Amino acid sequence: MSLNAAQSTEVKTSSLPSEVQMLSLYRTMYLIRRFEETANELYMQGKIPSTLHLYIGQEAVATGVSANLRQDDYVLSTHRPHGHSLSKGVSPRVIMAELFGKATGACKGKGGSMHVGDMSVGVLPAIAIVGGNAPIAAGAALAFKMQKSGRIAVSYFGEGATNEGVWHESLNAAAIWNLPVLFVCENNLYGASTPFKTVFKIESIAQRAGAYGMPGIVVDGNDVLAVYQVAKEAVDRARSGNGPTLIECMTYRLCGHSRSDPRTYRTREEEDAWKLKDPLPNFRQYLLSNHYANEDQIKVIEQEVERSIQDAIEYAEASPVPRPEDVYTDVFKE
Amino acid sequence: MPKMTIAEALRQAIREEMQRDERVFCIGEDIGVEGGFGGAFTVTLGLSQEFGHDRIIDTPISEAAIAGMAVGAAIAGMRPIADVQYGDFLFNMMDQLANQAAKLRYMSGGTLSVPMVMRAPVGATGRGAQHAQSLEAFFTHVPGLKVVCPATAYDAKGLLKSAVRDDNPVLVFEHKLLYGSKGPRSEKGAISPVGEVPEEEYLVPIGKGIIRRPGKDVTIVANLLMMYRALAAAETLADHPIDVEVIDPRSLVPLDKDLILESVSKTGRLVIVEEDNLTNGWGAEVAALVSDKAFWWLDAPIKRVAAPDVPPPFAPVLEGEYVPSEQKIVDAVLSMF
Repeated sequence: MSLNAAQSTEVKTSSLPSEVQMLSLYRTMYLIRRFEETANELYMQGKIPSTLHLYIGQEAVATGVSANLRQDDYVLSTHRPHGHSLSKGVSPRVIMAELFGKATGACKGKGGSMHVGDMSVGVLPAIAIVGGNAPIAAGAALAFKMQKSGRIAVSYFGEGATNEGVWHESLNAAAIWNLPVLFVCENNLYGASTPFKTVFKIESIAQRAGAYGMPGIVVDGNDVLAVYQVAKEAVDRARSGNGPTLIECMTYRLCGHSRSDPRTYRTREEEDAWKLKDPLPNFRQYLLSNHYANEDQIKVIEQEVERSIQDAIEYAEASPVPRPEDVYTDVFKE
Repeated sequence: MPKMTIAEALRQAIREEMQRDERVFCIGEDIGVEGGFGGAFTVTLGLSQEFGHDRIIDTPISEAAIAGMAVGAAIAGMRPIADVQYGDFLFNMMDQLANQAAKLRYMSGGTLSVPMVMRAPVGATGRGAQHAQSLEAFFTHVPGLKVVCPATAYDAKGLLKSAVRDDNPVLVFEHKLLYGSKGPRSEKGAISPVGEVPEEEYLVPIGKGIIRRPGKDVTIVANLLMMYRALAAAETLADHPIDVEVIDPRSLVPLDKDLILESVSKTGRLVIVEEDNLTNGWGAEVAALVSDKAFWWLDAPIKRVAAPDVPPPFAPVLEGEYVPSEQKIVDAVLSMF
């Protein structure tokens, strides 16, 4: 396999999701977007402490990948984890409660935004050390292979993580043992404020797959159907024992890196160009134009999502904060 | 009762745990290659023939990935025994051990566990600064990790088996001069204690120290190789006559505080001996514990004998000065009387 093995993928109509799945994809993307917009408002009102790393603009990636996963598959997330969790089925209630620092949160208030997850639906507490989840995903995949369970693991990371040493160790190990794992790169062009071009000599992250003897694929990360199809192929490949795949999803963070990011390292023109590629309104229009749903049907989905977010807020607000003495528990399993 | 070396005892522990529980497997560098070393100090020698390469997994030279994969496999229901050739390489794994293995349970609100074992050889053995450090103290400072340091064959087997069965990450520190590795992997200057190991099943509980030599005048707390030097010093001191009690903590996290406090309340004097560098070694924590909880029993200031705050040197004469000697222990004790 040459270093130029990375390839772009066109949407093939043969492997499109069903009509029901189409609407489900939209629901998930809309849920992630509105959940985060709402969380950000609550943050600005001072109801959510600390900081938030928002996923706004990147929703198509987690949505397209998760639609191919079983509940018992593992997802390993990052410091920008809300979308990964929501798309895998973690309840908006427990995520919101965790953002509020409540005892009913996904991590009982011990994790916070950067560590949300829910083992009952296969989402590990998000790993907020850049690159740190790659070997854990490989290790889980090793276990799944030894257990002959048919389960797979997905490691999400930004392009910046691929300059961490452990990331390379992990891809190499996953490749030599044909581990059932997907390495999903969300290339949003900036590592915090550092532009892609200043820290990569290569054109694409997917090229790095060739160095480990695994397929590397570049896909439009703002096109949920393209992500879905590429992920489906990689999931099938992993599940059938044929090893890992590196998928590079080209996308863009439409918000700042975290709180108080004035985004002065990129131009408004660039942002405006990416806003035209916003995955959410584009997919909504696609569903309407191709008659998967009419306006009323989509509004029903949107209203249902809005209610679930309101429900999550009410749940979080009504929940108790942890007791001070809870700080001492959950260090060791007795 | 059969007698064996620590390397043999560790091998037997791994074999028995792998036979008992199919979730147990080994992962590390050069641990199962045919014609290879069986790990840097022969502990896993022959196990790949017995259990196959799917359970004795030879890895690329990728320490961070070894630790991280052990974390992931443990969360996913396995019981990995990860192996590092020299304890110094634990620094390559630090994120995976200190940020991931130790914290994921807490971060998850107690909804997952990381039942992994991380074995690591320590001790200065003529290899210079990067294959010599005694790193127990680093890991005692990370909540969420357990730390054990067996110094006898009996404890090596019993503690490793307990570590495998523990639902938390356990670091097992083993001393290069205590293994009793044979053939080309034998160590110059090794003590290689051979000890009795029962044929029947037993466990040594994590968190329980042991009195290696009872005495009434002074307590010496010493682990691994230093425990043997403390015992030798105790023999010399008996002529003075000073009656030394030697405590082998065996576990540093959790530490058997009661055993140490009880001993000091009896002897009134405490010397801590460790091969780690002096400053902020685990001995400092023991000293703080005793000054807090047993101050009124003390008849003399607490003494620590440790490596000086310099990197481990190479030349035998320098290394001899670096590693706490029997004489330094004797001198420390005599200075208290």
